[in-house]
Amino acid sequence: MNLTLHVWRQASPDDRGRFVTYEALDVEAHMSFLEMLDVVNEGLEERGEEPIAFDHDCREGICGTCGMVVNGRPHGPWKRTTVCQLHMREYRDGDDIWIEPWRAAGFPVIRDLVVDRTSLDRIVAAGGFISARTGSAPDANAIPVPKAHAERAMDAASCIGCGACVAACPNASAMLFTSAKVAHLNLLPQGRPEKAMRVIDMVLQMEAENFGSCTNHGACETACPKDISVDFIALLNRDYLSAAVGRSG
Amino acid sequence: MKLDSRIPSGPIAQKWDQHKFEMKLVNPANKRKHHVIVVGSGLAGASAAATLAELGYAVTCFTYHDSPRRAHSIAAQGGINAAKNYQGDGDSIYRLFYDTVKGGDFRSREANVYRLAQLSVNIIDQAVAQGVPFAREYGGMLANRSFGGAQVSRTFYARGQTGQQLLLGAYQALMKQVGSGAVRLRPMKEMHDLILVDGHARGIVTRDLISGEIESWTADAVVLGTGGYSNVFYLSTNAMKCNVTAAWRAHKRGAGFANPCFTQIHPTCIPVSGEYQSKLTLMSESLRNDGRIWVPRNAGDGRAPNEISAADRDYYLERMYPSFGNLVPRDLASRRAKDMCDDGYGVGSSGRGVYLDFADAIERLGEEAIRERYGNLFEMYERITGENPYGQPMRIYPAPHYTMGGLWVDYNLMSTIPGLHVIGEANFSDHGANRLGASALMQGLADGYFILPYTIGDYIARHAGDPIAPDHPDVAGTVEGVKSRTARLLAMDGNRTVESVHRELGRLMWDNCGMARTATGLRTALERIPTLREEFWEDAKVVGGGGTLNQVLERAARVADFLELGELMCRDALAREESCGGHFREEHQTPEGEAKRNDDGFSHASVWGYTGEDSAPVEHREPLEFEYVTPSQRSYK
Repeated sequence: MNLTLHVWRQASPDDRGRFVTYEALDVEAHMSFLEMLDVVNEGLEERGEEPIAFDHDCREGICGTCGMVVNGRPHGPWKRTTVCQLHMREYRDGDDIWIEPWRAAGFPVIRDLVVDRTSLDRIVAAGGFISARTGSAPDANAIPVPKAHAERAMDAASCIGCGACVAACPNASAMLFTSAKVAHLNLLPQGRPEKAMRVIDMVLQMEAENFGSCTNHGACETACPKDISVDFIALLNRDYLSAAVGRSG
Repeated sequence: MKLDSRIPSGPIAQKWDQHKFEMKLVNPANKRKHHVIVVGSGLAGASAAATLAELGYAVTCFTYHDSPRRAHSIAAQGGINAAKNYQGDGDSIYRLFYDTVKGGDFRSREANVYRLAQLSVNIIDQAVAQGVPFAREYGGMLANRSFGGAQVSRTFYARGQTGQQLLLGAYQALMKQVGSGAVRLRPMKEMHDLILVDGHARGIVTRDLISGEIESWTADAVVLGTGGYSNVFYLSTNAMKCNVTAAWRAHKRGAGFANPCFTQIHPTCIPVSGEYQSKLTLMSESLRNDGRIWVPRNAGDGRAPNEISAADRDYYLERMYPSFGNLVPRDLASRRAKDMCDDGYGVGSSGRGVYLDFADAIERLGEEAIRERYGNLFEMYERITGENPYGQPMRIYPAPHYTMGGLWVDYNLMSTIPGLHVIGEANFSDHGANRLGASALMQGLADGYFILPYTIGDYIARHAGDPIAPDHPDVAGTVEGVKSRTARLLAMDGNRTVESVHRELGRLMWDNCGMARTATGLRTALERIPTLREEFWEDAKVVGGGGTLNQVLERAARVADFLELGELMCRDALAREESCGGHFREEHQTPEGEAKRNDDGFSHASVWGYTGEDSAPVEHREPLEFEYVTPSQRSYK
């Protein structure tokens, strides 16, 4: 099939950026979306033009490196799927595809489709951990964890930190990301001692990183390639409230 | 090159404890004055950086990713082994040790493997304390599953995302130290060279992937946790950015490279679908617990799998290896799949595939149970192939996955360059000629949490010298070298894309140094690779400049090193006149087609020393001694 791509090109953070149109010819249905871009890029390189910069690594949907907005949707049209796992059998000959970077104040564009997401790391550094000095741990079976709790913590821990939730949110809020990490750790008995401090510190850092506020749109959940539930935002709010009350008391 | 393995004396079970006692310590108050550079933020690098910082050292951690959490450890699916014996099925430290030495086809160091088995239990404790949400039973205790090459259930797992969860544990521990200022994190910086001062590793040179700036960093010691080199094959299960550059640069500075030809071909990957293929996707080995592997009994049987009756199917692993069945080690499972396809029994449009069938398991356990165990893997398979594995068997084929070879290290994980320590997949490690499933996570974390942070103290206590000035001639000279090499890459303006050279190298390596190797094939590759390397430097092109994010330049620098490494791999494979584990020389096999070792001639690690651009590398040997596990023909029948 032949496709027309409209790709956001931006040489540097200061460049204004613009859409540039490319023809993607002889695209095969079995290609992944990124393989389709690889072929376009190799063609550009052959002609001595600079290829489209996009971030990607594992191409298995787990590292969270890739991310672009495809026809207005972060990671494209497939549910629970990162853009590296999107395959071209989704498209038909003659389709137009618009490709843009994540757009959020918390994620400045570095080049083309590549954005700076180090803000998410700083949120984790503020409290997204359990302090357990190497070698100090008791036997792993010393504290039983009900299966349901472990499973729910695992649901939250599945977050890959790609930032699609931020890109999808009309407020560019990082609440789904932050709540997933808070929930993962706060739901486990090992995470209890630091529970209150964790939620406060992480929320404060999130606010310091230019992310917007959550107004319960739920676009984040729809865009999330790992199906992280907005229920975790409710859990964050509950933990935050009780921590804030506890702190003021 | 002197190879002193520094294996402690005494009974194997006491070597590590005794060694810890004998190591010199660094005064706690002095640790903050000692600076350690950690390159890489995967399981090994992140756990080492976090632990070193907890101990009080000043640590700088480098990664070429935007975030440490992206490191490729994240993609490990199946699990992590530990000799906890929570299942009460007869497991023990000694059994894990024994299985690993045997699984590695008697080409690893006994003392290291024993220590690994000992530490496996501590890793699980540590991970649980950090909040790693391992699978649990209804009573709240940890669950286990079995994995290839073992007959006990010792594998801990977090759905099909065990690597992700363990890496997040290590990453969170690292970010806590970053938050407190104990670790300086330097993302988007790729190591391009090692700085040696008076023969000791004292720093690195990096290129900033965003600004293009080439910078030097100095320290008291350097740790590489930079992963494996399967991307030399172009198509592999590795992430796109995985590369050998850091390790190769260290090799060219004097670090011995051990057993480069020991590569692992993983049996359960999704087959190649076309020329545009950019990488191969692994389906966790854990699938072999419930999936049955088969091919049609009649070559060229073109019927859909569900139309082929049981009588017309050949469950060849169960037939050939009745006691291990579908759970034979990876090297055997891969080789048998290749044999079946070579003989014309392969399935799928390319004929390079075998079936992995869950129909029996679904009938026995119900679709829900299978969904709970492997749901995410099944979804991934369907997304990539468009086929539903609940209704029809998966098609799988082997793919390059893990590299057992790597920089040679002694018992302290120090390379042949004093001060340069190498951990995780980047070292030649504990897996011998074949790694058992669920052992990579174990080794990366054992090295990072429990071994390196202590052994490096011994080096620092003995050797830490004066700080190195940034204008020291050895620093400035190394920076200049990287600058001129980068300029040379940027000046390349030929007709071939970097990608096309890499693809050609990959095909050459896969055909001649892949699952089966012959002297003739290896000689062919050894003739072609130097020419290809010349073509790369003369006829490839790098578009774009050096002062911004330039992904073509990044790839070119990595491919240039793969073009040198590939040659060394073939040379090593040619020199090793035996078959062992993942290294299968067709000339050396038993009448049944199994790997035939030559213990008299090759019970050693081959350690290659770099001698210059225009001269051949020199092979050194570390003899391997087996005091506890007697080498025997591996049998999984």
